[in-house]
Order: sequence, then structure tokens, then C-alpha cells
Amino acid sequence: MKKSRRISQIIVYSVLVVGAAFCLLPLFWLVRSSMMNSLQIFEMPPKWIPSPFRLQNYVEALTTIDFFRFFRNTLIITVSCLFGALFSSSIGAYSYARLDWPGRKLFFSLLLASMMLPGAVTLIPTFIGWRFADLINTYVPLILPVWFGSAFDIFLLRQFYSTIPKDMDEAAYVDGAGPWTIFSRIIIPLSTPPLIVIGLFSFMNSWNDFMGPLVYLNEERKFTLALGLQMFQSLHSAQWHLLMAASTVVIMPVIVVFFIGQRYFIEGIALTGIKG
Amino acid sequence: MAGILFALPSILGLIMFVMLPMIASLLLSFTDYRIVNTPKFIGFTNYTRLFDGTDPYFYNSLWVTFKYVILRVPLGLVFSFIAAFLLNMGFIRGKSVFRTIFYLPSIVPAVASSMIWLWLFSPDLGLFNSFLEALNLPTLDWLYSEQTVVPSIVLMSLWGMGSTIIIFLAGLQGVPRSLYEAAIVDGAGAIRKFRHITIPMMTPIIFFNLIMGSIGAFQVFTEALIMTQGGPNNASLFYNYYIYRQAFQFGEMGQASAIAWILFIIILLVTVVFFRTSKSWVFYESEV
Repeated sequence: MKKSRRISQIIVYSVLVVGAAFCLLPLFWLVRSSMMNSLQIFEMPPKWIPSPFRLQNYVEALTTIDFFRFFRNTLIITVSCLFGALFSSSIGAYSYARLDWPGRKLFFSLLLASMMLPGAVTLIPTFIGWRFADLINTYVPLILPVWFGSAFDIFLLRQFYSTIPKDMDEAAYVDGAGPWTIFSRIIIPLSTPPLIVIGLFSFMNSWNDFMGPLVYLNEERKFTLALGLQMFQSLHSAQWHLLMAASTVVIMPVIVVFFIGQRYFIEGIALTGIKG
Repeated sequence: MAGILFALPSILGLIMFVMLPMIASLLLSFTDYRIVNTPKFIGFTNYTRLFDGTDPYFYNSLWVTFKYVILRVPLGLVFSFIAAFLLNMGFIRGKSVFRTIFYLPSIVPAVASSMIWLWLFSPDLGLFNSFLEALNLPTLDWLYSEQTVVPSIVLMSLWGMGSTIIIFLAGLQGVPRSLYEAAIVDGAGAIRKFRHITIPMMTPIIFFNLIMGSIGAFQVFTEALIMTQGGPNNASLFYNYYIYRQAFQFGEMGQASAIAWILFIIILLVTVVFFRTSKSWVFYESEV
């Protein structure tokens, strides 16, 4: 009995280790390839460890095209979207969770239903709309919609607000506080963790967004990192070592943010499924 | 009234960026509109052109996309469920380390992961083929053959299953211990516990992941654009890429709107079918 348990434990661990290897190997291969010179990288069978480590790849990748500009552009979009997401989702979720107004249920269900709508359906008319407004090739189409709330964020935050005891609002009402005071003095201070979750998701979404910039930006100096990386690939497709270095640079900020906010990420993801 | 004020941004957002564009795109789908001319009403022509095969890519991209969804959704569910289930076993140490590792790939920007996998899949120089060679197995053309391109992209997508795993894991942790304890008292073994407690208790979460996974899989895009441009010979012309190409490369906004609406209706139908069948297999505790 004891022995068979031991064996089954070993099997479980082995499966998990294989899974973990599948997750890590591509990332390892990325970093490994990013530090090889153009001869080593073409060697067959491939070497696992670069020798020598060629960090010069990073310098070359970053100077071949204007990565710092793309970095700055991405940062501008990301930060503007971050504030937009926090603003719109926090007030929206508060209203849907706590306040009473005619049509609240209707709009909330419409909001939920909109999550199922494929982006391609709205993309074309929205694009035409921005074109009429003469805002193509600006960041407005990428940033402004976020300030009007995302269904996912509002839903997530509303789930959290519903767990804050209503007695607190009621006590404040009795003391003469209005909804704004309750929102800013009670709800917001209590909801730091979910707001961090939404901030992190928002960061990831805009940093990783590809289709938006692809459709709306057409001048190289306005490009984001994601677009820049694609441009790099189309220009230097055979230079795998440089492409891998450039990809590593694009991934790095996301990895850093992930490790800083890891706990919130995991909790946030888990939360989406539970009341789904 | 303060309520409306607080919800105003989201209401306006819903109207401006969801409802109006939806109506507009439905209207556009009945027009001939090539971004430069004024839209001209042409009835169902955009739709009939698709269904009667005048546009040869429509059925092709539907087939390619279905193939992807049918492979990717069940495989994704099974793999992430197994991963979450094993991680949730009592004796596992380093649970949070494994969890982090499993989640890590899903934060990698799609453009960057496309570059990584393009490199791994490279027929002459890629890691995968050198593995196959080392094992004396025949090498594959991966993204460069009509037969293997979709399965290759499925394999790549399994790499980014992190959030599904986390959602399953959270669900498994929420299954009340008392149920298992009662089952042990009744003499149930591991398999019966799994079959009669874990699976039924997890059906709502399996259902959630099934719906979200299918909706996401129908909209695969970036991988196709960066890695294959729909090739070889349109074998990876995924539906969303087809829409993108029609709208933003050929400027056929009316036609593209019709194509997009068909996707919307397909997703709607699939969701409705899932919800209908869910009554017979999804178990909600509150109904007991």
C-alpha cells in the first residue's frame, strides 16, 4: 500500500515536471538564442548554452530600429489606459453594485452580453468612425474607449464590491454622506487589492495589444513595441539571434510586472472563474 | 439619480463602442463599401457571394477555424484540468512555484510568443526538429505544411493555458472537504471520489472555461498574421485574419462586415447550444 502510494506520487511529480518543462523551455530557448552569435545559432545539433555570451545582440537589436521610441510610445498608451480603466471600472462597478436607478439591471446584462461579442464585429464601424473623426494614426482610438469602461473590469470589480457589507454605506447615509463620499471614503479604500488586479490586467492588455495598434497606427514613429517587433521581423527575418534579443526586450517589462504583482494576478484570475 | 451619473461612462461606452457599431456593421454588411466610395445598398449580395462560393476563401477559413476550435478547446480543457488537479493534490510541495511556471507563458505578448514559436518550429534550425532528429524520428514541416500548420498552432496555444489552469485550481480548492470525507467514510476510492465528487462539483467551472475558451478560439488572429500570413496555401487562414485581410488590406468594409456578422452568429449559436445542453450535465449546488 505504502509503496504504491510512493509510486503514484512519483508519477504525479513527473507529469508536473514535464508540464513545467514545456512551459519554460520556449522561454529558455528565447534567452539562449538571444545571446548567441549568428554562427552558433545555426549550428546543428543545437548547443544549449551560448559560448561566448554575446550581449552585443541586445545593443544591435535596440539600435537597428528605434526601440526606445517604441518603448516610450507603448508607455504613453499603457499609462493612459491604466488610469482610464481604474477610473471607469471603479465608478461603474460601484453604481452597478450599490446604487439603484432605473435600467440598472438592463444595462448590466447588456454589459455582460457584450463580453461575448467578437471584437471583429465592432472593429470595422469603429475604425470608420475614427476615420471620419480624422483620428487615425493617433493614440486616441487606443486610449479613449478604455475611459468608457471595459465590461470585464466592471464585472470583476462589482463582484468584489458586492462582498463589502452594506451596513457601512447605510451608517454613512444616516450621517448624511452622499454617494460620492461613500464611494471615495469607504469603497475605494477597501478595494485596493481588486484595483491592483484591474491595473495589472490593464497594463498587460495595452502592453500586449497587437491588433489595435496594427489597425490604427500607420506611421513608424508612432509604433508600439509589439508593432516594432513585427516590423523588425519582416525586415530581418533571417537574423534569429537579433530577433530573439528584441523579443526578450519586449517581454522583459511584462515579466517584471508579473513577478511584482504575482499574488494579485493569481487571485484576480481565480476570481473571474468563481462567479462565472 | 447619482447612480446613472456613476454608470454614465460605461453606459456611453456601451452605446458608442458596442451598440452603435453593432448596428452600423449590420447595415454595412448590406452595402458595397470600399472605404473610398460612399456605401451603396446591395441587399444580401455580400452574404450570397460568401455562401455560393464566389469568394473562395470563406468556406476555407470557416473550415480552418473549426478545425482549430475542435482541436484546441477540448485539448486545452483536458490539459489544464489535469494540471490543476495534480497541482491540487495534498502531498504536492512547491505548489506556488509550479503555478507560477504554468501561468508564466500566458503573460507573454502574442507577438513575442509568435516569434519564439516561429523559431522553435523552424524546419531546418528549430529546436523541435532537432529533438525529432535526435530521437531518430522523421522531422516535420510544422508551420510550412498544410497538414501540420493548424495542429502546430494548437500546440503553441496550449502553451498559454495559464489562466484556465488557475481558474480550475481555484475551483478545485473550493470543493468542500466534507464531501470527500463523507465519501471516504462510505468506502469510496480515489477514482470514485474523482468521478462522483470532483467532476460534478467542477462542472460549472468546466462550463465557464468551455464557453470562454471557445469564444477565444474562434477569434485566433495574431499567430496567423505573424507566423504564417494565412499560409501555406491558406491552410491557416483563420476567420479573424480573413476579416482583417478583407477589411484592412483590401478595404472591402461592406464585405468584411458581412463576414464578421457571420462569425458573430456562429459564436452565438455555439454558445446557445452549450447553454441548452448544460442543463443536462452542469451541476449547480444551489439547485439541490
